[in-house]
Amino acid sequence: MESKPQLLKLLDGITLVLFVVATAMVFFYAPTEAVMGQVQRVFYFHVAAGWVGMLSFLTAALAGIAYLRSGRRSWDIVGLSAVEVGIAFIFINIVTGSIWARPIWNTWWTWDPRLTTATIMELIYAAYLLLRQGIDDPDRRARFGAVYAIVGFVSVPLTFFSARLFRTIHPVVIGTNQPGAEGQFDMTPKMVQTFVFSLITFTFIFADILWRRVRLGRLAERVEQLKLEVVQ
Amino acid sequence: MIEVRKLTKRFGHKTVLRGLDFHVERGEFVALLGPNGAGKTTFLRILASLTRPTLGEVRIAGYLLPSQAGAVRRRMGVVSHLPLLYGDLTAEENLRFYGRMYGVPDLESRIRQVLDLVGLAHRRRDLVRAYSRGMQQRLAIGRAVLHDPDILFFDEPHTGLDQDASQMLDTVLREVASQGRTVVMTSHDLVRSAGLASRFDVLSRGVITASARREVMPMEDLLTFYRQAIQAA
Amino acid sequence: MKTDAPLATAEPRALQPPLSFAFLRALWAVIWKDLAAELRSRELLSAMLVFALLVILIFNFALELDMRTRATVTSGVLWVTFAFAGTLGLNRAWAMEKDRGCLDGLLLAPVDRSVIYFGKAIGNLVFMLVVAAIVLPVYSVLYNTNLFMPGLLLVIVLGSIGYVAVGTLLSSMAVQTRTRDVLLPILLFPVAIPVLIAAVKSSGGFLQGLEMAEIWPWLNLLGAYDVIFIAVAFMVFDFVVEE
Repeated sequence: MESKPQLLKLLDGITLVLFVVATAMVFFYAPTEAVMGQVQRVFYFHVAAGWVGMLSFLTAALAGIAYLRSGRRSWDIVGLSAVEVGIAFIFINIVTGSIWARPIWNTWWTWDPRLTTATIMELIYAAYLLLRQGIDDPDRRARFGAVYAIVGFVSVPLTFFSARLFRTIHPVVIGTNQPGAEGQFDMTPKMVQTFVFSLITFTFIFADILWRRVRLGRLAERVEQLKLEVVQ
Repeated sequence: MIEVRKLTKRFGHKTVLRGLDFHVERGEFVALLGPNGAGKTTFLRILASLTRPTLGEVRIAGYLLPSQAGAVRRRMGVVSHLPLLYGDLTAEENLRFYGRMYGVPDLESRIRQVLDLVGLAHRRRDLVRAYSRGMQQRLAIGRAVLHDPDILFFDEPHTGLDQDASQMLDTVLREVASQGRTVVMTSHDLVRSAGLASRFDVLSRGVITASARREVMPMEDLLTFYRQAIQAA
Repeated sequence: MKTDAPLATAEPRALQPPLSFAFLRALWAVIWKDLAAELRSRELLSAMLVFALLVILIFNFALELDMRTRATVTSGVLWVTFAFAGTLGLNRAWAMEKDRGCLDGLLLAPVDRSVIYFGKAIGNLVFMLVVAAIVLPVYSVLYNTNLFMPGLLLVIVLGSIGYVAVGTLLSSMAVQTRTRDVLLPILLFPVAIPVLIAAVKSSGGFLQGLEMAEIWPWLNLLGAYDVIFIAVAFMVFDFVVEE
């Protein structure tokens, strides 16, 4: 079988280093936020995880388009991998969002447009997996997955706008008339640096995990192929 | 009329057709025989442009499938073992629907013509739901020839029919095939096919393993011919 | 990876220019067929209607719709009802084709694939509007509210169009899976949320007599959704039906 490519090994190394540094920055380099205190540190990885979620969704949609146009199975594997990665990171995004919300607004959930959209995205991802699960023919599974990834992706901006419009016209009753309601705060330069560094780190994590997942998918395909060759 | 070169069809990793070659002249009636799972239905669906090939070339009347399928669909008629009819509509309404989809000129008189051809004129106002299986198949043939196609594909049309219904079907099939049309019919039934076809091809394990014209194939030899062919793959 | 044949039939769309006579005739044929078949069997409509009325009944007990809360809650109740009844109709529409193999019959016809999509979608739209046409007076009578405002009717049309545009596409996929009936709501609802929110908000706005300035953004969102998803569905539908 193919052994792990050199580039991937290198990527693994870089990603690990970046992650350690980012964590250190979040805890030691970035200052404590005046109003929210220590819990605000969740923000760095919270947004970064959300960013990876969006990136995954975009990747899945683009892979879907690529599959429909070319018919090459590798695009389908990329799409599926991107969705799986996305599910994990959006989940992290939602949970860290909850953790952040709790001490500050004394609630586990705010119907914040971003959080709401993230949850709906997660549901679309889950639906994608359920759709694939219900189809036996691999070609049809790939085609339908591609179509749904595209449809899902197109719906997300619209969902975000509608959630945001909902909020501006009908603000949620629970304690959001405070200025920090949307989680806004001013960022000092050190915070900005930590924030950007987190984004970069998570982008590397995304690439690394996606690559590994795609490799796994390719190997699984190869196994299926070999199984059938033995039978026939 | 029909040119197939190195046709391969895969579903995922499963290969159903392997580099199949097939050639039909205008006016031939080919009975495509073979055991279950040989790929007959898949092959017919590819010819009818309902499924696309994985590899290889398929040309119908010179048009390349699937890229030029749109141009040649008008000239094809298909009868599968499912009736492709709407049970909640009458026979007439079914034909009218398909007539509109195909842009058949003089639709009303053509409908009457076709109903006469398949012997269902007296039941034209009945819902297809109330038809017997045999009547549905005959109406299905009517639907298939409504737009006067010169190429016909039949996928095991005798499935589920009793003796009488089969015989009536054969009459219609003969009538329809006699008008110079090119026909490919898949079948399990050697004897029935013998009465209709001008040529026998055997599809076994994804390739055509034998082909013989009816003139040179006496009835008694047909079974042996078939048995040998399915073991040849 | 071996290269498989490209997926979309590369038939230039120009082969059958949209809005040509043949296209419209075939489109009409598909719509007429669905409406006529439904008129005879009434399976779809009766299921949708009974379901819708039951949902409203359940809401009555679940929400205790008294005079005051009713105004704000009515639009929500209506749209939840339409959404659920809608999924019934969407699934049945394709099931009818698939079960008798009729989809092949449609695919064999020398017409652009989009005829099938638009024909089905318009048929579904008609069914949804028929259900709405019956639910509205029933609701009005049960709760002594007048629901017949032009604004509300406009929202029902726009919202139904968006819902049906996506729903027809997604149900064409759902019907080809093993988990057919369960899958459609799972696929459809997350993606239809913008329509539902916008429809609820704008209907609510009209019912409460709000200023147009407050309702416009929602109507715009509805319109945008309709256009975007009709376009997406049109572009992608071929890949769903062609093997």
